[in-house]
Amino acid sequence: MTDQAQLLPGTLDLLILRAVSLGPLHGYGILLRIGQISDNALLIEQGALYPGLFRLVRQGLLKANWGTSDNNRRAKFYELTATGRKRLREETDNWNRLATAIASALSQQPEEV
Amino acid sequence: MKLLDWLRFRIATLFQGSEVDAEIEEELRSHIQHCADDLERSGLGRAEAERRARIEFGGREKYKEGCHEALGGNFIETVIQDVRFSLRRLRKSPGFTLAAILTLALAIGANAVVFSIMNAFLLRPLNVPHAQSLYGLWRSNDGMAESYPDYLDLRDRNRSFEGLVAYNITLAGLDTGENTSRDWVEETSGNYFDALGLQPYLGQFFHASDEHGPNSAPYIVLTYTFWHTHFQDDRGVVGRVVQVNKRPFTIVGVAPPEFHGTLLFFNPDFFSPIVNHEQLGANDLKARGDRWVFMVMGHLKAGVTPAQAIADLDSIGAELERNYPKDDGKMTFTLARPSLYGDYLGRPVREFLTALTVLAGLILLAACANLGSLFAARAADRSREVALRLALGSSRNRILRGLFTEAVLISLLGGAVGLLGSVVLLQGLSSWNPFPRWPIHLSVAPDANVYGVALLLALASGFLFGAVPVRQVLLTNPYEIVKAGSNRRVGRRITARDLLLVVQIAICAVLVTSSMVAVRGLARSLHDNFGFDVQNTMLAETDLSMGGYSGDRAAAMQKRMVDAVESIPGVESVGLADTIPLGDSAPDSLVFADGTSDLRPSNSAADALIFNISPEYFHAARTALLSGRTFTLHDDKNSPRVAIVNPNFARKLFGSVPKALGSYYKMRDGTRLQVVGVAEDGKYTGLTEDPQSVMFVPILQAPSSSTYLVVHSNRDPQQLGAAIRSTLRQLDAGLPVYVETRYKELDVMLFGPRMATLALGVMGVMGAMLAITGIFGMAAYSVSKRLRELGIRVALGGQRKEVLQAALGRALQLLAFGSAAGLFLGILATPVLAFIVDQATPRDPLVLAGVVLAMALLGLMATWIPARRALSVDPMILLREE
Repeated sequence: MTDQAQLLPGTLDLLILRAVSLGPLHGYGILLRIGQISDNALLIEQGALYPGLFRLVRQGLLKANWGTSDNNRRAKFYELTATGRKRLREETDNWNRLATAIASALSQQPEEV
Repeated sequence: MKLLDWLRFRIATLFQGSEVDAEIEEELRSHIQHCADDLERSGLGRAEAERRARIEFGGREKYKEGCHEALGGNFIETVIQDVRFSLRRLRKSPGFTLAAILTLALAIGANAVVFSIMNAFLLRPLNVPHAQSLYGLWRSNDGMAESYPDYLDLRDRNRSFEGLVAYNITLAGLDTGENTSRDWVEETSGNYFDALGLQPYLGQFFHASDEHGPNSAPYIVLTYTFWHTHFQDDRGVVGRVVQVNKRPFTIVGVAPPEFHGTLLFFNPDFFSPIVNHEQLGANDLKARGDRWVFMVMGHLKAGVTPAQAIADLDSIGAELERNYPKDDGKMTFTLARPSLYGDYLGRPVREFLTALTVLAGLILLAACANLGSLFAARAADRSREVALRLALGSSRNRILRGLFTEAVLISLLGGAVGLLGSVVLLQGLSSWNPFPRWPIHLSVAPDANVYGVALLLALASGFLFGAVPVRQVLLTNPYEIVKAGSNRRVGRRITARDLLLVVQIAICAVLVTSSMVAVRGLARSLHDNFGFDVQNTMLAETDLSMGGYSGDRAAAMQKRMVDAVESIPGVESVGLADTIPLGDSAPDSLVFADGTSDLRPSNSAADALIFNISPEYFHAARTALLSGRTFTLHDDKNSPRVAIVNPNFARKLFGSVPKALGSYYKMRDGTRLQVVGVAEDGKYTGLTEDPQSVMFVPILQAPSSSTYLVVHSNRDPQQLGAAIRSTLRQLDAGLPVYVETRYKELDVMLFGPRMATLALGVMGVMGAMLAITGIFGMAAYSVSKRLRELGIRVALGGQRKEVLQAALGRALQLLAFGSAAGLFLGILATPVLAFIVDQATPRDPLVLAGVVLAMALLGLMATWIPARRALSVDPMILLREE
């Protein structure tokens, strides 16, 4: 647990969008999917997911419907809207640009500066 | 649109509140169940799995609230929650709540009253269409009065005004067949109603086309109120013929209810055409030099600027000056607001109200400081609760919002109570007629503006004092406080709270100082030498033209009235005068040195007030004759013209008093008058006036039908008044008489200073009350904070003095400091007061001593209860409690 990384502010929304982009999921499922696609390298408190979900629904990036889960329980399933898909693309590009820039900045050796 | 959407959304979520809540709840539960399912599969029992799942989920309430916030939908709901919570908290400490609400009610009430008056006097325009473009003509340095011929020229030649109207105010006797009543008439030019854009309520108005020379338009238009009170709303009055000063006039119409003439607060009884002036007054319509027309005003034409209008008027003035050098002096104009007679009333009213607004603002500020420190103290007492809530995961925002809700609630409640009180007060003020002789009505009832301002003030002050404890909450470190308890005070030397209290005490001391200065000033100006006796004097005012007397008949009637009143038992002497000092404004005239032959205004030696008096006047009024003789009955129309002057007049015309006696001077028409006596200086037009030049002339040489009988007697004014009335009624039952004491007649003069003193007194008392609650709050709080320390001191054998010193030393120090600062500021502010209250000076030992005493008393009152509490500390109980 201790070597898990803290999330940067704002990245949780991106992760949620990414997780849901592969197919409709309920909250707990999203959490599992994030763990799966990030190799459990990120520390996310479970409850913290929900304010994010509600926010994304309100922004129109996600839509939610009640359904039945694999465990045969009632659960709310989230999926991407068209705007959500578009936003995910933009944000992914943004993130990649940022990450590359920072990685390159940090990997420079002193003599090269 | 956006805002509407937002509101709709908010309201929708408000009503769906519980549904949304249930849905969130269900979703979170579903999450935990799924998590538990997984844990169960890894081998845990169901109960243990659920427990673990809940732990892994984290702070459920916190996230639920997060969801609500993410939805953005619980804004109104949170507010309602906050309000409910605050109400519960306030109910728990009723003393605090009541004190806070009352404090604010006083402060906001005071502000609402002051603002209403300001609103009614200065902000609200006259009740006529397009009042914004209505201007009165103000002769530079010389008031608004014009002569009738000058008015006609100005009206016909100007190119800047839609139509210039003129009006004059006079008294007339109206006889409707029963009793003759003494009524106030606004004599207006024929175009008055049409130019002002008014429509009659009943019948019609008179028009410019009705004027065909002197006395050609015997019509009157009643005001709505007068019609209501004197004609009982009788719609049949139109066309009725009534007697005005014993001459037939036809009632042609009734003015609309909201129109009370064009001088603010002066509500005339009816209107009549100014061309009929000779039937109502003594002035000559043709005399160009006699400026008796009260005011000339008009609407500026569209597109004409005031500067252009002034240039236009000045060029007409220059022409008139050239054409009539004997009558018209320098004629330059400015424009003034007609509602308060330009700057004449406007300036003092504006200054007084500005000063009052500042004071009321200070009161509100003091109240806010007071409440701010109370709130800070409360927040400090609640620091444990706040710390606990913070530790349990409440956000600081939420806690601050709670505090603000409480503050705003109190301010709104206080504002509502204050406004209610002020409405009652203002309604009383509106129905008050301060001078029975005058038709003055102060319509200061609050309107939407006032309510708006009160609401704004309440909200602003709520946020102001609500903001005081913010820093405290932001700095709260929950772990420290929960660990240590709330009793440890960080020993900062001067806290913001102390500073607030000093400011507040200083404000209070300013108010107390200025009210004392005003009271002293007023008291002193009442004991001034007026140049006549205020005590033991009655006045009986009559206008014989109301009874149809004129010429020799009037003079004979006046002699009979004097003789009759003189024979009333207890009456020492009776004088007769056309106007009296410090009464209605006396006429004035330019006077010239005897050697001057070119009698144009610029060559005049002085502008003297003229009083026409009978020989006994000086004796009856107790005005001392310094030298020479008084008039005799032989100083009549057939003998040489004579005058008695005051020393100021004598010095201006002749260089000194002795030189005046026996010398001659000239009036505008060239008449030579010989000075036969010099009477003492006095006050003539106002208590704060500059020294005036005055001439007295025999009423037999300058007859007037409108006179005062000045009656000197030691008898009880009430009995004497009744005796005078009945005596005069025996002479002529139909003649209206107005009897009052000389002292009462001064009411008009004293109105300003009295109102100022009253207002300052009220403000001073309010300031004092605020200071008491402030000091009390601080002292009580510091005693309660330090009870344990005091208990230990007592247990260790501390003396009463030491205990008191420890408990209250700080409060008293602050009091002394604040009072000193306030006293100093108050003294600096008194020159402002001197504008209104004659003889207001702070360099008066009585005032200084009074302020110091008052503040000391306040301190004593405010610290009495906390001191008792500190002294009665029982160490055993206290130590046991900890």
